[in-house]
Amino acid sequence: MLRFEHVCKRYPDASDALIDVSFRLERGEMAFLTGRSGAGKSTLLKLIAMMEQCSRGNVMLDGKDITRISERKIPYLRRNLGLIFQDYKLLNDRTVFDNVALPLIVSGYSHQDISRRVRAALNKVSLLGKERKYPLSLSGGEQQRVGIARAIVNKPKMILADEPTGNLDPDLSSEVMHMFEQFMQVGVTVLIATHDIELIQRLGHRVLTLDNGRMLAS
Amino acid sequence: MKRQTRRKRTSERLLEIFQAYLLNHAHGLFSSLGRLSRAPVTSSMTILVLAVAIALAGCFYIVVANIQQLTGNLQASNQMSLFLKDHVNESAGQKLADELAQHQRIENIKFIGKKQAMEEFKANSGFGEALNALESNPLPNVIQVLPKDVLDNREALDALMAEFKQMPQVDFVQVDMQWVERLQAIMRIAGRGVTLVGVLLGFAVTFITGNTIRLELHNRQDEVFISKLVGATHAFIQRPFLYTGFWLGFIAGFSAWLIITVMLLIVETPVEKLSGLYNSSFQLLYLSFSEFILLLMMASGLAVLGSWAVLHYQLRQLKPQ
Repeated sequence: MLRFEHVCKRYPDASDALIDVSFRLERGEMAFLTGRSGAGKSTLLKLIAMMEQCSRGNVMLDGKDITRISERKIPYLRRNLGLIFQDYKLLNDRTVFDNVALPLIVSGYSHQDISRRVRAALNKVSLLGKERKYPLSLSGGEQQRVGIARAIVNKPKMILADEPTGNLDPDLSSEVMHMFEQFMQVGVTVLIATHDIELIQRLGHRVLTLDNGRMLAS
Repeated sequence: MKRQTRRKRTSERLLEIFQAYLLNHAHGLFSSLGRLSRAPVTSSMTILVLAVAIALAGCFYIVVANIQQLTGNLQASNQMSLFLKDHVNESAGQKLADELAQHQRIENIKFIGKKQAMEEFKANSGFGEALNALESNPLPNVIQVLPKDVLDNREALDALMAEFKQMPQVDFVQVDMQWVERLQAIMRIAGRGVTLVGVLLGFAVTFITGNTIRLELHNRQDEVFISKLVGATHAFIQRPFLYTGFWLGFIAGFSAWLIITVMLLIVETPVEKLSGLYNSSFQLLYLSFSEFILLLMMASGLAVLGSWAVLHYQLRQLKPQ
């Protein structure tokens, strides 16, 4: 599903964010990406989300080489990804429903389809009944679940989460992780960047560790 | 059987995408209008600036159109008037006119005696009563001459004038309608001026809208980023902004039309009074319906163009972090 081959990323200010990183993730696999702040976790996720391009090496996503993908094709490939952020990145002037519906509207789904799928996604994150609410009136955990619903509403092949539990208490964190495990069980590939070591050890999935841009163990 | 259902599904999906596309356009059209109305002060200031720029060009245009209407009916010709000296009486004048009628370079000739001239002047000028108070008739006898060479041959015309001036009976010679020709030349310059000012103000409309859209894009950066991250194409992201540009131009165009019309209404009464004093049946020209439509189309077209140029450039620059 995802393959990195000797990937290097150097930023214009000459700092090396990733040095010779190689690994692969199979379909339906769930893995944690850890490392100290500045180790290159965010850069690695950005390469997969096509927000950055690597300086050397190759990145393959779902059988396609996205190393030097043209700007024009990026939107269509991103529709196969579900992105989840630490700060949720919700639109605060839109309702929960509209936030979750955004990926579907963008892909041109019909009104009925959107309505049905948004409800299904909200049901999965136990937020059914809060469609008309605005994000700021929800708790942090609920907002994160809206973000997760938005990430899965399009039935993506892969979910990328950047510190999804960073702002949540331990109970909510394990609840969120449990959701990710459910997605994994239906064949979705999940990659979670986090430095919550305790959580990682408890769940016992594969762990990719970055240190100063190098991958230590995979 | 299976293949048939699949084909049906594909066509259904295509129809669905098309419907969603139309819905998306409709949504863009109305949501952008709603967004403008939710920030009434900012929107109306932008629209007012645009409207004034468009109205300026429009007013210039309509003023020139009105003057052209006034001068358009006037035919420039080389008709000359020979004003005869005081001591030449009417019968001598008539005799001179008959002689000149034989001249090979003259097409047509007409003698206007003092009395006839006075009658006409009394009838047309509106000074009838005042003229009655005059003890003697101050008007000269006049011979109107239409030369054979028309307009183009300036030298022949000048030679003819010189010839008339030499005659002992003639006081002075005047080419009657030369001023019309000059005026029409001036009007041609004014017409060019309208085009130039129009182009300049068109640029202003384009850039003002472009800048407004740039600010709007800046304010809604988060929305743009998030849309990009969930797989929105540039076309999708820029659509509501283009509609915002369209509305700005459209409303500004309509407002400009209102401004022009109100200004014309304000000057209409004095203009009619003035034209009455000249015994003229001059009718003030307003923008016609097709001109109104053209104004709306140009205003919204330029605004969309300005928005598009900015979006085309800026959306590439905006990268989600």
